Amino acid sequence: MTTAQQPDVRPGRLAAAEYANAFADASPRLTRSQALLEAERCLYCFDAPCTTACPTSIDVPSFIKRIADDNLRGAARTILESNPLGGMCARVCPTENLCEAVCVRNTQTGNPVAIGRLQRHAVDALMESSKPQIFTRAPATGKTVAVVGAGPAGLACAYTLARKGHDVVIFDARPKAGGLNEYGLASYKTPNQFAQAEVQWLLGIGGIAVRNDWKLANASQLDALRGEFDAVFLAMGLSGTHALGIPGEALSGVRDAVDFIAELRQSPDLSTLPVGRRVVVIGGGMTAVDAAVQAKLLGAESVHMVYRRGADDLSASTAEQEWAQTNGITIGLWLAPIELVSTLDCANPGVGSGGHVCAVRFAHQAMVNGRLCATGETTILQADMVLKAIGQQLGNPLLAEAGLTLQGGRIATDALGQTSVPGVWAGGDCRAGGLDLTVEAVEHGKQSAQAIHAHLTRT
Amino acid sequence: MANLHTTFAGISSPNPFWLASAPPTDKATNVNRAFEAGWGGVVWKTLGEAGPPVVNVNGPRYGALLSADRRLMGFNNIELITDRDLDLNLREIAEVKRNWPDRAMVVSLMVPCEEQSWKSILARLVDTGADGIELNFGCPHGMSERGMGAAVGQVPEYIEMVTAWCKQYSKLPVIVKLTPNITDIRLPARAAKKGGADAVSLINTINSIMGVDPYSLTMSPSTGGKGSHGGYCGPAVKPIALNMVAEIARDPLTTGLPISGIGGIGNWRDALDFIALGAGNVQVCTAAMVYGFKIVQEMSDGLSNYMDEMGFASVEQIVGKALPTVTNWQYLNLNHISKAVINQDSCIQCGRCHIACEDTSHQAINCEKDGKRHFEVKEEECVGCNLCVLVCPVPDCITLRNLVPGEKDLRTDQEVSEQYANWTTHPNNPMRV
Repeated sequence: MTTAQQPDVRPGRLAAAEYANAFADASPRLTRSQALLEAERCLYCFDAPCTTACPTSIDVPSFIKRIADDNLRGAARTILESNPLGGMCARVCPTENLCEAVCVRNTQTGNPVAIGRLQRHAVDALMESSKPQIFTRAPATGKTVAVVGAGPAGLACAYTLARKGHDVVIFDARPKAGGLNEYGLASYKTPNQFAQAEVQWLLGIGGIAVRNDWKLANASQLDALRGEFDAVFLAMGLSGTHALGIPGEALSGVRDAVDFIAELRQSPDLSTLPVGRRVVVIGGGMTAVDAAVQAKLLGAESVHMVYRRGADDLSASTAEQEWAQTNGITIGLWLAPIELVSTLDCANPGVGSGGHVCAVRFAHQAMVNGRLCATGETTILQADMVLKAIGQQLGNPLLAEAGLTLQGGRIATDALGQTSVPGVWAGGDCRAGGLDLTVEAVEHGKQSAQAIHAHLTRT
Repeated sequence: MANLHTTFAGISSPNPFWLASAPPTDKATNVNRAFEAGWGGVVWKTLGEAGPPVVNVNGPRYGALLSADRRLMGFNNIELITDRDLDLNLREIAEVKRNWPDRAMVVSLMVPCEEQSWKSILARLVDTGADGIELNFGCPHGMSERGMGAAVGQVPEYIEMVTAWCKQYSKLPVIVKLTPNITDIRLPARAAKKGGADAVSLINTINSIMGVDPYSLTMSPSTGGKGSHGGYCGPAVKPIALNMVAEIARDPLTTGLPISGIGGIGNWRDALDFIALGAGNVQVCTAAMVYGFKIVQEMSDGLSNYMDEMGFASVEQIVGKALPTVTNWQYLNLNHISKAVINQDSCIQCGRCHIACEDTSHQAINCEKDGKRHFEVKEEECVGCNLCVLVCPVPDCITLRNLVPGEKDLRTDQEVSEQYANWTTHPNNPMRV
């Protein structure tokens, strides 16, 4: 570091016409012909491993057979019966770790049936059809349920309860429903406003009202919901992010990856979105990949995704890692950030603070006797923009005040999502002990809805 | 490379693969291309009487049974005999034969069941240089309504009568093409032989309707809203054809009558099936219509390699080789015991064998072992029915093991006998001898 540098963060790195192409559907929908061929590969296994591997237990052989039989509506029904957010899950599930990981075609040919893409084919066809509603609502029960959070868990819970005839109000802190589906996923996974289309389809069952811009901020709000509604389902996700806890974290140009992704998702014109010439993303999960790839697609010259452990510990799936590398992301391993360097201090790193970030200093890591240790070596990566993707936390002290038992900072529940507070269930990322997957959040919502239904209808 | 040359009913050809009388052999353009590709012979598409030719529909003439990945499994047609002028056909036949003297040129014929009609058309063939004639007693659509084709093939007396006329008015070898739309194929074959036929060829196509369009609820394919049954062929009919070929080949009344095997032949294995069950050569249509004429090269190469591997010097050596293994059910050895065995190393654990056996057969395959997914045959329940072998997606993963005499059959608790014993002497048979 010899000379101070000016940060290079600016919008419009691509020609205006290039954005649409750069952010096009990462995995376009199968054509009918492709779907029929792929469906033919399914062996219609007995007690199918894919169904067992699906957190929502979708009867995969059944829906694939229906695709092969030219019965797309029936295929969609099979999917949505088990997973009302089957359309989004088809796009974002790490299928290579779930259903497709256990497909017997792996054993036979090393190439599983493309279950996720087939699922999307069927659900999209239904949603674009003239009669997209496939289920009808049971007669009204007069019971009411409050759902906090309009993400996958909240929507799944609300939909399942509404189908059973209960009236549901979903409260959400954001201006739009959808949660991470709307704000937290790379746009090339869900282009063309699919998250909103799915929300509209879900609300189409009837009996669900959405109150936006309503944030659960104190214990008395929860008490009020408990008083006003017959049951409450908490599915507000994780609003806080972890801090790196290293010098320079407050420099401009350093931000949370989730905010970067949310801004990008809501931007009506990607050419107005500033991005650094050199971007460093810190973290090893799906959010890190989504942030890194989108930064690159916005025109960043170099993007490093840096993780403090080895490849085996990356929580981004192999397919996600390959996707990142295919898009020109350099994945750096065994590097823990120790300092964010300011432009003011680039000539003399480690001294001051303030100004814009210009580099990240990393300490090399190694496993020694099963423990992660610094080797003493350091590396510097130049950066005009640093995105932190090291995980999220509940970050909501009021929950403990409201009497909810927490576990690892998240809400402790029984297997069906019942919390320590009577009449209150919880699911999705805010529930303790999960995998932080969309599909799991849906299953939480579904399970708790069934438990709430049982609770509301017991005689 | 093995020599594939065959002489069938006195007709020589460089290989046993002939194109059957059908659209591919309609005219010189096609047949020249076929010979260039390597076909051993053709049966020229059926000629009718002199005069105004027949008229075909100008809409779908073909329908198909497709697999999900659009492989053609079965094929159906409503095309009639040639719709071209007789003189033109005869001129082209003569010209093509002149250019391809080593190839078999057989001409298919179909005229009304009158002696004069047959006498006239046979006279017209003399100068063409054709090697033989095939009597089309098989087409099940259109022409049969006019008293020809299958309408003749379904009446053994007519077959014998027309065959005899042809032998009387022509020196050419006479091949009688049989319709499968009949209860017992041996009767028309016997009639052909009685009439003096040099050979029979079979099967012609089977009466068939391909389906219904689900949204218009119209028979499919349709010509302007109506359809008509057509002739069915292609891979799906092969087993039916093989049985009929074997029936004729092992019938003492037609023993030695040359058979040209037809029905769903798409590769050398199919051809071998026919030849081993008694066919002296084979005729192909659907495979050529699906893949083009080049397909004969794969058939010839496959058969040739097989013959080299097996040490066969000529196709003739294979003809009827498997026939002694075809018998009637009552002679099957009821003391023979097979059991299915699943090779755990190649099992992919799809479980299809289990559910097929569990739901529809003998509940003889477990789906679990020590709490884990695992598929294994319960010998005490297995009757060796072969269903699991057939539904398994992995080749050779499930096989049948023959129990050796003296070994205990866990299902019956009896030792396997080395004695051959069939139904004719079985104590449960009230008609036993």
